[in-house]
Amino acid sequence: MFSRREFLMASVAAAAVTGPGMIGQWSRAMAQQALTEDELLSFDATGNVTLIHVTDIHAQLKPLYFREPSITLGVGDATGLPPHVTGMDFLKLYNIEPGTPHAYALTSEDFVSLAKAYGKMGGLDRVATVIKRIRAERGEANCLLLDGGDTWQGSYTSLQTEGADMVEVMNSLMPDAMTGHWEFTYGADRVTELVDGLPFPFLGSNIYDAEWNEPAFEAYKMFEKGGVNVAVIGQAFPYTPIANPRWMFPNWSFGIREEDIVANVEAAREEGADVVVLLSHNGFDVDRKLASRVDGIDVILTGHTHDALPEPVIVNDTLVIASGSNGKFVSRVDLDVRDGAVQGYKYRLIPIFSDVITPDADMTALIDKVRAPYSEELARELGQTDSLLYRRGNFNGTFDDLICDALLSEREADIALSPGFRWGTSLLPGQAITVEDLHNATSMTYPAAYRSMMTGSLIKDIIEDVADNLFNTDPYYQQGGDMVRIGGMGYRIDVHEQMGSRISDMTILKTGEAVDPNKEYAVAGWASVNEGTEGPAIWDVVEEYLQKNPVVQLQENTSVIVNA
Amino acid sequence: MTITRRSMLTLSVGAAIGVVAGVRSGPAAASAEDAMAKVMEFAGGSEPATGTITLDAPEIAENGNTVPISVSVESPMTDGDYVESVAIFADGNPSPEVITFNFTPMSGEASATTRMRLAKTQNVIAVAKTSTGQVFMDKKEVKVTIGGCGG
Repeated sequence: MFSRREFLMASVAAAAVTGPGMIGQWSRAMAQQALTEDELLSFDATGNVTLIHVTDIHAQLKPLYFREPSITLGVGDATGLPPHVTGMDFLKLYNIEPGTPHAYALTSEDFVSLAKAYGKMGGLDRVATVIKRIRAERGEANCLLLDGGDTWQGSYTSLQTEGADMVEVMNSLMPDAMTGHWEFTYGADRVTELVDGLPFPFLGSNIYDAEWNEPAFEAYKMFEKGGVNVAVIGQAFPYTPIANPRWMFPNWSFGIREEDIVANVEAAREEGADVVVLLSHNGFDVDRKLASRVDGIDVILTGHTHDALPEPVIVNDTLVIASGSNGKFVSRVDLDVRDGAVQGYKYRLIPIFSDVITPDADMTALIDKVRAPYSEELARELGQTDSLLYRRGNFNGTFDDLICDALLSEREADIALSPGFRWGTSLLPGQAITVEDLHNATSMTYPAAYRSMMTGSLIKDIIEDVADNLFNTDPYYQQGGDMVRIGGMGYRIDVHEQMGSRISDMTILKTGEAVDPNKEYAVAGWASVNEGTEGPAIWDVVEEYLQKNPVVQLQENTSVIVNA
Repeated sequence: MTITRRSMLTLSVGAAIGVVAGVRSGPAAASAEDAMAKVMEFAGGSEPATGTITLDAPEIAENGNTVPISVSVESPMTDGDYVESVAIFADGNPSPEVITFNFTPMSGEASATTRMRLAKTQNVIAVAKTSTGQVFMDKKEVKVTIGGCGG
């Protein structure tokens, strides 16, 4: 349902799309005219319990640009279903007009023009305003704020402070519980130290002591909200020790452990839970399958795969809620709980338009305080981009094209590999590339850029393995990243084939020669999960490359041919 | 040194070469048919039924050298009806027979946990035999992956 005011806004935005050079402050002001904080937060309140969900913030304290993917394929039972619907198909599915604020927030369509029209998104001071307003409207005794994890990693300041900046900022929002994934890459000692200091529980039904095979974290917590008992079960990313360096937390074992979730749902119900919520970092397809197999979960607040869906997906009477990433969205779920069961719900995915939502002054001051010691380095300019830089997409992203170019050049390699991470912010054409921007795409505790010799057959096996992590038709075998990005080499992928048969036509781009399975190639990459990996930090490699090539101009990447 | 296809299993995407030094090629893996022949031998000719026995194993191994598995069998565990033994097989390992657990009515319950080594992605099979001659089987695929690109 579109109001007249929204139509006005849409037409102005469309004009911005068609008029290059005409996008200035005037059109931006007009585009935002009908967008107000009150409208963004308007909600047909229902029931007695409100869940507020944020997830995958990746340490982004400040407003940012984040381009949603134009390609994120589903396989098996998930083929063609959300969140594997993108672009115009997404707009049609959810009945969103192109050029509107929601089209900008939720898809990659006309991204650059709309970004200029509608401005940045997110910023935890804006998120704070939204959370405070919801609590004020509903009453604190009726609200639960739940953080799905991947909160402490992803920025220069989070790396410098080993997560302390995010812990301080998030604590000021007073969450009721969290779970995690990248948090563990600070190492077991640091995670234990930070978790012990939290004024709320860090939940993980699926985190076990690896030696004794016993639960290592609290599995669930019962809250009394709105006069009813709400059980929140935590589920950390099941494949943390596989996708990230296990040697950094050798005494913790993870896994999906579906049987433990079943047991914890039963235990919570026996303890008197009227509502059972799974605060999950499983990834969307894993949670969709889980919901179909495990009875008794009312709401799954999912995370990890960074999907933002304007409506819940309902599976086996469970609402599966996907709240996006990077602080772009806050989810509000109102539940009507009576007679020991959920009788009704209302949901809104609230987009955080940074220029529209008033920053919370206390939070702005706190964010400025934690960033202050690093402000000079954060703002240091390394170059400029003439191309849109972004990461998300199954096969390529321009930020990784830049990283691969830097690896090929600075490490004198034939082939470059950049992991298919889903975090990393976007930069518009014409923007400077600062230390902060580069760290938003690379910040991590195992950044060494290695160089080693690999045979063509080994390279194929690696790509096949990663492809099966993404395109295995059973979601329980999916790890939730994107394909490893490859520089210097092209290939063809048939996503619906079996492992070992998906990848073909591997070609060295500079010579046009087929990759020889028996020949050795110099391969440069970063973020190896193996202990003792040697090489300069990836951000130093990219900085050196930018010193020699200060203006980034990327051609369209056509090196991966996809049969889907 | 060169990296063999087998040693790749211990490698993440492009790790330092030194990490894999010392990995040697092992004997050839058993086939799924060999493993099923061993299962039928253990079952004593009875066709194993599904249900009653539950095998818990990770979908993807965190470390192929030490994969935790648990098995439990529903049984009254009385003198007249109890689980005599449970055997575990790995259909892609050089030797598919992993372990056999023996129980008596005094065991109280038929459940056990152990860790096993998996050479590659394969099925783990658990088979239970009862004192009344019934045979039950459960199977789970455990993937042994290179890993390293999630998130």
